[in-house]
Amino acid sequence: MHIPDGYLSPSTCAVLYGVAVPFWYAAFARVKRLLNTRLIPLLAVASAFCFVLMMFNIPLPGGTTGHAVGVGAATVVLGPWASMLCLSIALLIQALFFGDGGITTLGANCFNMAIVGSLVAHMVYRLGAGRSALSSSRRVMAAALAGYAAINVSAFLAACELGIQPLFFKDAGGAPLYAPYSLHIAIPAMMIGHLTVAGLAEFFVSGGVVAYLQRTNSSLLQQALSGKAEEHASQPLSRTNWGLTRPLWIRLALLMLLTPLGILAAGSAWGEWSVRDFSNPEMREKIAAVSGNIALPARQPQGLARLSSLWSAPFPQYAPPFVRRPAFGYVMSATFGSGLIVSFFLLAGWIFARRENGLSKGPP
Amino acid sequence: MSVKSRGVIERSLSSFVDALQHTFDAEEIAKKRGLLQRLDPRVKILSILPLIVIAALTRRLRVVIALFAVAIAVALLSKVPLGTLAKRVWLAVLTFTGFISGPALFLTPGRAMYSLPILGWSVTAPGLRAAVYLVMRAETAATFSVVLILCTPWSNILKALRVLRAPAVLVVILGMTYRYIFLLLRTAHDMFESRKSRMVGQLEGRELRKMATASAGVLMSKTLQLSGDVYLAMRSRGFQGEVYVLDEFQTDWLDWLMLALFGSIALLAFWFGR
Repeated sequence: MHIPDGYLSPSTCAVLYGVAVPFWYAAFARVKRLLNTRLIPLLAVASAFCFVLMMFNIPLPGGTTGHAVGVGAATVVLGPWASMLCLSIALLIQALFFGDGGITTLGANCFNMAIVGSLVAHMVYRLGAGRSALSSSRRVMAAALAGYAAINVSAFLAACELGIQPLFFKDAGGAPLYAPYSLHIAIPAMMIGHLTVAGLAEFFVSGGVVAYLQRTNSSLLQQALSGKAEEHASQPLSRTNWGLTRPLWIRLALLMLLTPLGILAAGSAWGEWSVRDFSNPEMREKIAAVSGNIALPARQPQGLARLSSLWSAPFPQYAPPFVRRPAFGYVMSATFGSGLIVSFFLLAGWIFARRENGLSKGPP
Repeated sequence: MSVKSRGVIERSLSSFVDALQHTFDAEEIAKKRGLLQRLDPRVKILSILPLIVIAALTRRLRVVIALFAVAIAVALLSKVPLGTLAKRVWLAVLTFTGFISGPALFLTPGRAMYSLPILGWSVTAPGLRAAVYLVMRAETAATFSVVLILCTPWSNILKALRVLRAPAVLVVILGMTYRYIFLLLRTAHDMFESRKSRMVGQLEGRELRKMATASAGVLMSKTLQLSGDVYLAMRSRGFQGEVYVLDEFQTDWLDWLMLALFGSIALLAFWFGR
């Protein structure tokens, strides 16, 4: 996922540097306020740790091995702000010294892995861990899921950045100037590897580090470096700590507003064609073109036709039938989907809290 | 299914040793008396960085190829062994880039140039052009950046970043990070090696995974402990939070000449690559 030089257009690189700078500035100011003179040694040594952690070979189920970025582990222990700084420094050294990732694309790589990765990991960990005890196994699972989600969101962003290149940057003959694949190829190509190998490596490292620290030094899990917000990490998400979660909600809202960017994608995702597309001559040509020019069967596949009618989505194509503007449909779908996920975690948090309260009271 | 424990531990050990070896190689090259080694680090950054950006910016293949030739010439004049470049840069970039750009050969629509014998897939002219373009651009940018890094001691690169207005605190943090990377690499190496020396059989995948993640946890604990120790050591020497970077560089006529030469190449490449 370390995008090398030459894959992204200079304007994309400049935009992503521009997006990353305010995060770096805010993170630095925030961590400096908390650490004061301890800032330099801590960031230096923790960045070195992130760098070394990226070299660990993690054995995965199935006999393969993978490398982790360490975004989940770093965020859980250091907090999101220190984590995004440490990972950015580690990525800078990787790019400069080992040529792993480009210099012009450093802003993009830091944005994907260090900044968004840390924020996603923090959000998932906070929602997953809730107010459970530091030694709770729920925290291990929350950390593992945080690492898995973070690396996959980062990979998705990298795929989108690569995938929009052929849409905007072509030479006079129409050949792509930078990364050659559009979104419908870049996204599956990137996500398959990350949903499996890289995601699992991150899953095990994040969960494993938290499990180890629970056994040996659980005080490190208090996220002392992420500031005031984490002092209240053991409190439930409720109206009273709105200020505490406000930044997370603002970021979520921003992401929802950005969802119509998907409309830029040309064509449809490979392997996500509807049954009707098999009988549409124009679509049949497009499908064959992106499938190695292998001719499609004359009739639509019977099994596909049968099973596709099992479930009718309420918002097909991310646009409810009553919405005319596709962009608005995307925002609505994002709101609905996020609402469902948040409700699920609130409900899960409430159930876990009830169970733990019951256990802590003990038998009469 | 079990994972070969020997393989996993040794692969991690080999990653740590590779990183250390890479540093020793770089230090040896930085000590040679070549073109880039003679230049002021600030001049090197101001000369090479625009070439990297223009390699990414240019819209003409022949300009990318010309810049690649310049990168090789600079490497040769700076006594960087081409074998090192081939192994550490060209092969690595080709593997990664080829993996991504390879399918573009067949999937980009256009005039077919050649058909694979058994599969029948056709290599198209625009596909070939897109793939060569991407590979050459990535190779050129990576060659420039690695030659720059190999010919300059790390501490000098960091200090020279000040000309790009990098804050002093960032320069100090990067310098310290670099130093502690070696300490932590050594620590991780020792942990894996000591574990390996105590093992008589093979661990199953699950135990091996537990061992690897626990090692990461140990390293994390040691890191935070170490940062506290370093902080106390700095405080005991009077550290109050302010940082200073000594700018002891001096330029001479060769620096200005090379800056003018590289600047001209960058301008020409920019002009012809529009």
